[in-house]
Amino acid sequence: MADEPKEPKPPQVPTGDKPASSTPAVSTPPGKPADASAPAAPPKAAAPAPPKPPVVLQTPLDNEFVPRFRAKFGAALLEAMEDRKQAILTVDRARLMEIALHLREEEKFDMLADLTAVDWPKREKRFDVVLNLYSFSKNERLRLKVWAADAEEVPSVVSVWPTANWQEREVFDMFGIAFSGHPNLKRILLPDEWQGYPLRKDYDILQQDTAWVRENLGIESGQ
Amino acid sequence: MGADELVINMGPQHPSTHGVLRVKLKLDGERVIGSECIIGYLHRGVEKIAENRTYQQFAPYVDRMDYVAAVSSGLGYCEAVEKLLVVEAPPRARVIRTILTELQRIASHLLWLGTHALDIGALTPLFYCFREREEILKIFEKYCGARLTTHAFRIGGLQYEAYDTLEKDVERFCKDFESRIVEYETLLTQNRIWIGRTKGVGILTAEDAIAFGVTGPVLRASGVKWDIRKAAPYAAYDQYKFEIPVGTTGDTYDRYLVRMEEMRQSRLICLQAIENIPSGPMMAKVGKVLKPPPGEVYHAIEAPKGEIGYYIVSDGTVMPYRVHIRPPSFINLQAFDRMVRGHLVADVVAIIGTIDIVLGEVDR
Repeated sequence: MADEPKEPKPPQVPTGDKPASSTPAVSTPPGKPADASAPAAPPKAAAPAPPKPPVVLQTPLDNEFVPRFRAKFGAALLEAMEDRKQAILTVDRARLMEIALHLREEEKFDMLADLTAVDWPKREKRFDVVLNLYSFSKNERLRLKVWAADAEEVPSVVSVWPTANWQEREVFDMFGIAFSGHPNLKRILLPDEWQGYPLRKDYDILQQDTAWVRENLGIESGQ
Repeated sequence: MGADELVINMGPQHPSTHGVLRVKLKLDGERVIGSECIIGYLHRGVEKIAENRTYQQFAPYVDRMDYVAAVSSGLGYCEAVEKLLVVEAPPRARVIRTILTELQRIASHLLWLGTHALDIGALTPLFYCFREREEILKIFEKYCGARLTTHAFRIGGLQYEAYDTLEKDVERFCKDFESRIVEYETLLTQNRIWIGRTKGVGILTAEDAIAFGVTGPVLRASGVKWDIRKAAPYAAYDQYKFEIPVGTTGDTYDRYLVRMEEMRQSRLICLQAIENIPSGPMMAKVGKVLKPPPGEVYHAIEAPKGEIGYYIVSDGTVMPYRVHIRPPSFINLQAFDRMVRGHLVADVVAIIGTIDIVLGEVDR
């Protein structure tokens, strides 16, 4: 993961050993689908009939914080945008730890309110890992994102914000994203022996680990 | 593991774990030297369900997370989707939402107080608390027909128009409630046994509380004056005057005092709100089919137990692409291990009670 290019554009062979969605990961730049559009890209084809069709909801993030951040981390800042007036930074996965520490110490984002993930199976790097930060002194929220392909590890931020412990376990439980450096990475809500990761898009809502259900609950299916 | 150490299981069928929480305690004699919470017994896959329902269809599901404060969960979800749609609920809806959520906060705190005191051995407060909680549930029942899983709000406004005597009912409740809190306090605040069981128990410092992401009354009892109703006002909270109570030491007794004061403040908010409920529509203009423009939003409100946040990603279709819920109980419970170390087994019960968790929300 250290050799990751600055921007994850060049199509690389899917490294996943887990069966990802059968679509071969080709030339779709990570920015393409829905929310993660590059700052320059105009809003996507307007949805059929939203209440106010031409409103631009996603704009490049433009405040005094961004240049300061870019000066420090340069190419590690992949994208800075605003969606419905909420700031979103997408950063290089390899430098997440360093950036997390900087945000906590220098920018005073002392609370990690929430950590979760989103699965975009058609994308080359299918996962967004999303950190919602909050700063008590500035009364500001900031969303930090990193992209990860199937079977790629994301650095754990437990040492920066201890609250990430259970939240990363939940992401591991539901998406199968491993966090490197996590002190106790195991399933949290599902049974330890459960097979599969339910919140992946290729996990059907009716699908489940029938073998586990049969063995432990003594019934054919939980449905 | 040393020769004197003992590992015991508490729960998942223990009455004082408030549901199906299982705690593995590592003991040295009577003293707790380590703990592990094992959760997930009530996991229903709410977030997966959300991806397979329309925005409106999912709304009732959030009531079933924190089922003793369903109105608050519902408010958070409705407001998050409204943000995603870029609409705002009309003023009338916002005020009525505020009244109902504050009543819900009182009801939730009453349930907490009754059961928490019961766990510690004070039986009487439970009956007092349920007497008043019943009044609140009756108001909910008159408003929307349900007492617990209310589904009181709709995306864009209110599910129902306020019934004729809503203001009068709320006013009567608030008038009575002032002396009721005094009754609870005479039972507990100066009670030597109560003080002995709660003072200095389960101390959480402000630094630890922030590091563990703890929010709500638990955070405030540790001395951090932070409340989303003030920090980022939603509904109609910017119109009302109220105080944010804070504690000093962050022990169980402080958390008790903070929640008692919060009930008083909620009562004051309700009284201010019923004085002037604006007339006008109760729904914003939203279509029957909701298709939020692509994008994402994180919206958090101050639920009785802390920050409940909704992170919703839309791909422009009728169903959310992803809904993530940040449940306050789940995050707050993580601080349990820090609070319980060094205390006696009997205190474990007090500490579980003082975090105020609902397992429906922890496990989702």
